[in-house]
Amino acid sequence: MVDHAAKLTDRVWSRYDRKEQFTRYAVYLITVIAVVWAVSDIDIFWPWVWDAPNQIQSLAGRMWPPEFSKWDAIFSAMLETVHIATLSTMLTIFIALPVSYIAAQNTTPNKVTLWIGRFILVSSRSVNTIIWALLFVAIFGPGVLAGILAVMFRSVGFIGKLMGEAIEEIDRRPVEAMEATGASKLKVVLYAIVPQVMPAFFAIIILRWDINIRESTVLGLVGAGGIGVLLQGSIDMFAWQTVATILLAIVVLVILGEALTSVLRKKVI
Amino acid sequence: MTSGRTASDATSGRVWKKPPFIANPWIRYGLGVIILAYLYWAFSTLPFDWQRIAEGLPRAGKIFGGAVPPSFERGELLWTGFKESFQIAFLATLLGVLLSVPIAVMAARNVAPLPVYLVGRTLIIVSRSFHPVIVAILFVAAVGFGPVAGILTLTLYSIGFVAKLLAEEIEEIDWGQVEAMRSVGAGYMKILVYGVFPQIMPRQIGLSMYQLDSNLRASAVVGIVGAGGIGGTLMNAFGRYDYDFAFAILLMIIAIILVSEGLSGWVRKKIW
Repeated sequence: MVDHAAKLTDRVWSRYDRKEQFTRYAVYLITVIAVVWAVSDIDIFWPWVWDAPNQIQSLAGRMWPPEFSKWDAIFSAMLETVHIATLSTMLTIFIALPVSYIAAQNTTPNKVTLWIGRFILVSSRSVNTIIWALLFVAIFGPGVLAGILAVMFRSVGFIGKLMGEAIEEIDRRPVEAMEATGASKLKVVLYAIVPQVMPAFFAIIILRWDINIRESTVLGLVGAGGIGVLLQGSIDMFAWQTVATILLAIVVLVILGEALTSVLRKKVI
Repeated sequence: MTSGRTASDATSGRVWKKPPFIANPWIRYGLGVIILAYLYWAFSTLPFDWQRIAEGLPRAGKIFGGAVPPSFERGELLWTGFKESFQIAFLATLLGVLLSVPIAVMAARNVAPLPVYLVGRTLIIVSRSFHPVIVAILFVAAVGFGPVAGILTLTLYSIGFVAKLLAEEIEEIDWGQVEAMRSVGAGYMKILVYGVFPQIMPRQIGLSMYQLDSNLRASAVVGIVGAGGIGGTLMNAFGRYDYDFAFAILLMIIAIILVSEGLSGWVRKKIW
């Protein structure tokens, strides 16, 4: 008995066993090697790095104070940005809903449609809004249409994925009950599935609208309309004080959008 | 149909009607009117260039005709672009995650005093309010073209996301362990290291993996404004009407993101 207690006190307390410790050191080692490789291989001009804090400070100095004489142009560009975000979110619904229906495992007609749905969602989400905008500017020329389409193509993946997950989580019983009465496919969707996913639908749309406002602020950098056009123009002309005003306006817009969406979310849910 | 309905009417006296989604008819129809009015307003004020748009469809045909099949001929350029994107994403994630730990501690109400908390929250809000591309433009203007601007941008982007979620995680920890340590007289740092961090560690690793994945995506776009990586190569390909090369880059981006999404999902599953 005494012997046993002595054995216990002999043991040293440690947080990890040997295998865990080995894994931890392996992860550390790989991280260090990756850092060394990345830092030595990447094409960095080091004097610029050391100079960066000074340069950032000087840029901030040139931006101060913000200059408000162009506020009407900024306001109308902002309005355009909001329009792009809102219209594209509205239009996305018409594409995203059918896609999410075929991309959800419990509602998709067959395996082929499931994979088509998944493929659409993944490719839509993998390509960034700016890259979509680049493509649509090449096709339709610079302007708001390219912006609306770009935001739409990106939102389909987001809304479709979340809606698909919402559909997969529905209660099967209303669906089965309706099927048992011989209801048509369309009726089952309308009366057994739609009411169940309605709250999720509105929550997702509101969330995406909020994201789309941010996304729409940068579309103009590749010529797809909105406040970004003005921003790029001011940067090209080194009008840093105007740039500061535009940045402030964007912050205000984003905060307003966030406040509005949080009010809406409380109303809906 | 009519006869069936009258029969059931006779027994129950009423017909079932689907309850409307919004009970108040004023709000229900009012919303419809507001949406229609908004659509009219938006479409009438937006400057659409209909002539260019009409030319769009044949041009789309030409672009896609030029893009298929994708050309992987300039594999060298593709490789250096993606390598740089990956390096930017990796270094920025590491820097961002390291910096986000102290900022998250500052921004957690239960471990930080009020003035420190406010500073932490402000840092997070500032780094979250701008789209990474806008931040990238500013950094390109400040520190010049190249990967440095990209790394700085994505570091800020990572702080905004990781620090915010980590701070929320710290606010939700089990307070019992902290009290236990306090009762034996442990100092502030000791409490943080042994009482708080072990509780948020799995979450932190999961967030870092997610952020690496997300930075990899973002590193493709900061290049478009000159902050290094594959985005610059893509922009050039578009600018020179090299649509087959651009298409090859896009396919590679999709493939890499699929792989990284799978990988980060796998790591997160293992940890949780």
